[in-house]
Amino acid sequence: MAKRVGLEVSVAVGDAAKLADVDVVAAYPITPQTHIVEHLAELVANGELRAAYIPVESEHSAMSACLGASAVGARTFTATASQGLELMHEVLYVASALRLPIVMAVVNRALSAPISIWCDHSDAMAVRDSGWIQMFVENGQEAVDNVICAFRIGEDRRVLLPVMIHLDGFSLSHVIEPIILPEQSEVARFLPPYDPPLPLDPEKPVTVGAFAPPFIYTEVKWAQEMTLEGAKEVILECWREFANTFGRHYSPVESYRTEGAKVLLMTMGSLSETAMVAVDKMRDEGKEVGLIKLRLWRPFPFAELRQAVRDAEVLIVLDRALSFGGPGGPVCSEVKAALYREARRPEVVGFVGGLGGRDISMADFEEMVNQGIKLAEAGSEREFEIFGVRE
Amino acid sequence: MMETMAVHGPGIITEEEPFTPGHRACSGCGEALSVRLAAKAIGNNAIIVNATGCMEVVASPFPHTSWRIPWIHTLFENTAAVASGAEAGLRALVKKGKRPEKNVKVVALAGDGGTSDIGLQALSGALERGHDLVYICLDNEAYMNTGIQRSSATPFGASTTTSPAGRESLGQVTWKKNLPAIAVAHDIPYVATACPSYHRDLMKKVAKALEVKGPAYIHVLSVCPVGWRCATEDTIKVGRLAVRTGVFPLYEVENGQYKLSLTLTKLEPVDSYLKLQGRFRHLTEDTIKIIQERVNREYAKLVEMASKSSPSG
Ligand SMILES: Cc1ncc(C[n+]2csc(CCOP(=O)(O)OP(=O)(O)O)c2C)c(N)n1
Ligand code: SF4
Ligand SMILES: [Mg+2]
Repeated sequence: MAKRVGLEVSVAVGDAAKLADVDVVAAYPITPQTHIVEHLAELVANGELRAAYIPVESEHSAMSACLGASAVGARTFTATASQGLELMHEVLYVASALRLPIVMAVVNRALSAPISIWCDHSDAMAVRDSGWIQMFVENGQEAVDNVICAFRIGEDRRVLLPVMIHLDGFSLSHVIEPIILPEQSEVARFLPPYDPPLPLDPEKPVTVGAFAPPFIYTEVKWAQEMTLEGAKEVILECWREFANTFGRHYSPVESYRTEGAKVLLMTMGSLSETAMVAVDKMRDEGKEVGLIKLRLWRPFPFAELRQAVRDAEVLIVLDRALSFGGPGGPVCSEVKAALYREARRPEVVGFVGGLGGRDISMADFEEMVNQGIKLAEAGSEREFEIFGVRE
Repeated sequence: MMETMAVHGPGIITEEEPFTPGHRACSGCGEALSVRLAAKAIGNNAIIVNATGCMEVVASPFPHTSWRIPWIHTLFENTAAVASGAEAGLRALVKKGKRPEKNVKVVALAGDGGTSDIGLQALSGALERGHDLVYICLDNEAYMNTGIQRSSATPFGASTTTSPAGRESLGQVTWKKNLPAIAVAHDIPYVATACPSYHRDLMKKVAKALEVKGPAYIHVLSVCPVGWRCATEDTIKVGRLAVRTGVFPLYEVENGQYKLSLTLTKLEPVDSYLKLQGRFRHLTEDTIKIIQERVNREYAKLVEMASKSSPSG
C-alpha cells in the first residue's frame, strides 16, 4: 500500500513522472522549476527511471525535443516556468496542433520585467490559447495525482493533446507536504502504455506537419477545438476512475462551503488553501461566504461554473495576472463571458492581486470580500480593482 | 553521354526515390536536387526532420507529400532540437523494449537561414550533446522561401532584398559565415561539404555520415536560380564553378582531420563563377579582386589544414 510521506512538492512531481514511466525528459533549468528536473536527472542517472534525459540548451529546444520524442512514440515530460514558458511559446502551439500528448509541469512565476522569481499566473495566461489542456493544482497531492492523470488524459485516443499542470512557484513547489505516492504497480494498471496512432516509423511512413493552404486550415483548427472541448468528458472519466482506484476526487470546479452562500470568492492555485481558511473564519462569524476553486482552465468548464455560482448574489474573482489595457484579470473576464447569457447571475467583481509573489493573507481575503460586496452594491466605473497596491 | 547515363546510371545510383518527383520546387532548383540525392543515399530506414523553408513548402502542401519515408516539420529554428528528441526517443524506446532495434536513422534538413542564423543555437546544442544524427544544411545563400533576404551565409557582394546593391552599398558587406568550421569546433566525428553538381560525392558523404556514430554535419551548397538570378539550365554548371573556383571547396573533416575531396591544381578565376549570376552583376573589378584574394587565402588555409591532417584521421 502506498503510504503518506513528507516530500517537497517539486520532488513529488518528479516522482509522479517517474511513476508514469516516462521515456524522455527534455528540460532546461529555471527557478522555481529546477528541483523537478534535477530530481528527474538524478533518477535517470541512478537507473531508477529508465528514460533519456536531454539537457537541452534552451526551453525552445526543450519543447522542440519533446515534439520529436513524442512524435516517435515516446512518453514525454518536461517542466518550466515564466520566461522558459514564454521562450517555448511558438512550440506549444505546434505540440497541440500535431496532437502530441506531452505533459508539462509549469511552476508558475511572474514574467519579466522587472525580473521576479516569485509566483503569479502571468506566465500561464500568456499561453492560455495554445491549445493545451491546462489545470491548476492547489497542493502537492493534487500535483502528483494530476501529473499521472495528465498522461492518461492526453494519450487517450479521443484526446491526443498535450497537458499543462500549473502549480504555484515556491509557495507550492518548494514546500514540504505530506503526500501519498501511489505504488508503481497501481499506476501501471491505471495508466495504459502510450500507443500513438501514427508515430514516425519507417514501417508505416507518415508526413507530419504538412503546410495547410487556406482550404484546409480552418477545418484543422476546428477539429482541434472540438477535440479540446470533447476532452472534458475524458477528463471527468479519468478523474472518476482515479477516485475509484486511489480514493481521491477531482472535479473541474470545486465548491467549498458554498451552501446558501450569497457571496462567493473564486481562486485558482495554491491561494485557494488560504482562501478556505478565510472562508472558515467568515462562516464562523455567520457570514454567508463560500469559495469556488477553478481547477480546470482549458477546456474551460462553462457548465460546471454556471452551476456552481448560479445561486450567489456576488462573485468575487481573484486573478494573479493582468491583461494590460484590457479587462484586468483573464480569469474574471472568462467568468463574465461564461455568465453573460445567464438570466440569473451574480454580480461579478474582479480583483487582480498576488502579483510577483505578493502574499495574500487570510485577512486580505476578508478585506477582498468586504470591498467586493460594497463594489457590487455601489457599482464601479472600473473594469477591475487592483488589490493591495500602494498608490 | 545521356545514353551512357541511362544505361549505366542505375548501376551507380539507386532508382529509389524516397523524395519523389512532383514537388513544387522551381525549375533548376539546386536544393531539390540536393534533397533528392541525399534521400537516395539515406534510403527508407530513416526519419526526416525538416525545417521551415523552401524544401518544406515545396514538399508538403496538404494533402500532397513528396516523402515516402517518415517526415516531420514543426518550425523554422528548432530542427536540430526536434531531431535530438526523435533520436533520444527512439533510443529510449528501443532500450525499454517498446520498439524493435532497427537502426532507424534521424536526418535533419534545414536551409542556411535555419542553420546559420536562427537555428544555430539548437544546432550547437544538438552537436554538443552528441546525438546520433545527421544534419544537412541546404545552403542556397539566402532566405529564399521568404523572397531572397540575406542570411549570414550570403556571400560578400551578393545583392539580396535586404542587402540590396545601391549607390551606397555593394550588397552584402559581410563575408559568408563558415558553418562547417563551427561544426568542426564542436569536435564531432564527421563534417563535410558537398554540392549536387558532384552527385556521387554528395551521396557518398551522406552515406558516410549515416554510418558515423554521433553527430554528423553536411553543408551542401545548392544553387537557387531564382535567388542567384542565373539560368535554370546552369544549376549544375554554377555549382561546379563554385567548387572549381575555390569559392566553395569540397572537403571532409573526420575526427578533426581535414581532407580535400577534389584536388584542384589551379583555381578557376572567381569571375567565371560570379558573372553567371545576376546577384553579382553590379560588382566592379576592384570588388571582384577583393573577392578573388579572399578566396585564394581561404583556399590556401584549407589546403594547409588538409596537408597537416594525418590521412588516417
Ligand atoms: C520564427 C520564424 N521567423 C521567421 C519565419 C519566416 N521564414 C520562413 S522560411 C524563412 C527563410 C528560410 O530560409 P532558409 O533557411 O535559408 O531556407 P530556404 O527557404 O532558403 O531553403 C523565413 C525567414 C518563420 N517561419 N519563423
Ligand atoms: S526559390 Fe530557389 S531554393 Fe526555393 S524552390 Fe525555388 S529554386 Fe529552389
Ligand atoms: Mg536559404
